[in-house]
Amino acid sequence: MFPFETLLETLKTGSGFWNPLIWITAIVVAFLIMYILRGFGKKEYKEKTDQTQSFLSGNPEYEKEQMHIKSSNMYWGFTESLKWVYDVLFRMHTGDVSDYVLWFVIVMAFLFILIGVI
Amino acid sequence: MNVPDYTPALVVAIPLLGAFLTPLVSRIHDKVRNGFVIVVLALNAFLIGLLASDVFTNGIKTYVFGGAQDITLPIVRILFEVDGMSMFMAVISAILVLVAVIYSWAFMKENTGLDKYYTLILLMTAGMLGMELTGDMFNFFVFLEITSISSCALIAFWTHKGESVDAGFKYIVISAIAALFVLFAVGLLYAQYDALNIAMLANVLEYTFLDKIALVLLVVALTMKAGIVPMHMWLPDAYGRAPSSVTVALVGVTLASLYGVFRVCFTLYGNVLSKITKQIDFLGNPLTVTVNGTLGFVIILLAIITILFGVIMALRQIDFKRLIAFAAVAELGYMFLGIGTGIAAMGTKHGMTALTGGIFHIINDAVDVGLLFLVAGAIYYATKELSLNHLGGLARNMKYTSIFFIIGLLAVAGMPPMNGFASKLIIYQSTYQLNPILAIIAILSSILLLAVFVKVFYSAFMGPALPKFKAVKEVPRSMLLAMGIFAAIIIVFGFFPQLIVENIVQPAANALLGYTDYITHVIGGI
Repeated sequence: MFPFETLLETLKTGSGFWNPLIWITAIVVAFLIMYILRGFGKKEYKEKTDQTQSFLSGNPEYEKEQMHIKSSNMYWGFTESLKWVYDVLFRMHTGDVSDYVLWFVIVMAFLFILIGVI
Repeated sequence: MNVPDYTPALVVAIPLLGAFLTPLVSRIHDKVRNGFVIVVLALNAFLIGLLASDVFTNGIKTYVFGGAQDITLPIVRILFEVDGMSMFMAVISAILVLVAVIYSWAFMKENTGLDKYYTLILLMTAGMLGMELTGDMFNFFVFLEITSISSCALIAFWTHKGESVDAGFKYIVISAIAALFVLFAVGLLYAQYDALNIAMLANVLEYTFLDKIALVLLVVALTMKAGIVPMHMWLPDAYGRAPSSVTVALVGVTLASLYGVFRVCFTLYGNVLSKITKQIDFLGNPLTVTVNGTLGFVIILLAIITILFGVIMALRQIDFKRLIAFAAVAELGYMFLGIGTGIAAMGTKHGMTALTGGIFHIINDAVDVGLLFLVAGAIYYATKELSLNHLGGLARNMKYTSIFFIIGLLAVAGMPPMNGFASKLIIYQSTYQLNPILAIIAILSSILLLAVFVKVFYSAFMGPALPKFKAVKEVPRSMLLAMGIFAAIIIVFGFFPQLIVENIVQPAANALLGYTDYITHVIGGI
């Protein structure tokens, strides 16, 4: 159906190009180099010894189920610093269908003015 | 490959006929009905594939309803006019609906009233394909209504859940208002030009005061149906509350409305918008503006707001499906960014590249977001839980689903070598040439999108095994197959982007810009 050469073609992206096959080759080579470098590392790691135990500043380790970080706690710093943005956005998302229609009317009015001007 | 002239009508007629036959077939056996619906949609997808191949190779195809195929003035008969863009959208719809139905086999198994469910899915398919293939404005409105009513019933299909019924109600209110304004706009055009045919209207349109009103009504109504910010609020409700299989089909419905916006801006008004310039007084200085340029910048503005709103809101969501829905809103923004840049910089090389990127992103978004919704559905099927706060450690029990999620995650966040990266890279580079700030916002938002889905991956799939999910098993094979189809498309599109751009995307972009071909194919034949 398609000549084999077309599968290898490079995508022109305007001012650049993208060829995933070249990218994958580069990644594979990079991993190979990493693997070889890893072979030069020291072999002092001992499994199932104190080396593998977590150290929480001397505090006892919680049960694994309790260690799972809940979704709502993730990116806390980021969302906290953008609290004012979220306050505005959540206030907009009222869940009331009348408000949904209001936004429709607002956008329509904006476009009417714009089209009227030009 | 040449296909029979009646194929465009057939691809709408087959699901329509299938819809009416489904309740009858359902009386034989549930499995026979499920198989029947899959065969109907697979046959339809095959025909759409053949028709697409024909249109992409040989150009526009028309089918006139009601007897002889000759066109006479005035055009009062309904006709389907199928060009590269129509077929591009039809291919997307066909894939989405077929995968949704395969997924439904196991996902909806425990539900009652499935004869109605499959009937509605087929009606929805007929509606959205009709919207994409028709060459008649009133016909477009009729198919829009068919799609809206069937979609509403499907969103509210889980009637035992109040939230689903609420989402269905909101959807029908929004859809009814949008359809009403579309009908009003069609009426305005018909009253002036005695025509409903898109090509004929595009040929005679004079950009009168009433035409301007019709333009605004059509664009606003259809962008609301497409889920552009700030008219997107129905979308997380609908996507989040519908069964996952329905949500995937709904993505196709949303994109059909997006297609409507393109058809209006590029074809119906393409002739006038590209030529009109106006002198306006800007802070005491005379300024020459083009309607196209202004429209392009308005679309870019809406696109940037859509991307930011979608990503920022997605970051705070706890409900898995609502989170994906907001990410889908952001993805819509990327499409509009590409298209808007294409309009604003029309006639330039980067304008054309941006348009290609925007169109490429439509199909990428459909499969990427579709896969994520299917994964969310799989998790719900296995755990009966969608709150990310209550999920965790599922990668142990659902290995294949986890792999599919990683593929979807990388694709939607625009990570190489997935398909989302290829289309986003085109959008970044072309918008950078228009204004670097646009590209910077787009790239930063993509990084945030990655952060959003990394959060989901950690919350749902990583972490310690939770006792309550000890008995959770991998989902049935039909659901894995559906997710596998999307994952395979993502990988193929990602690995061979040039093949897709050259053979599917470029003909669609050329069709959008070639409004004169669209007009002369009908008018020139008289």
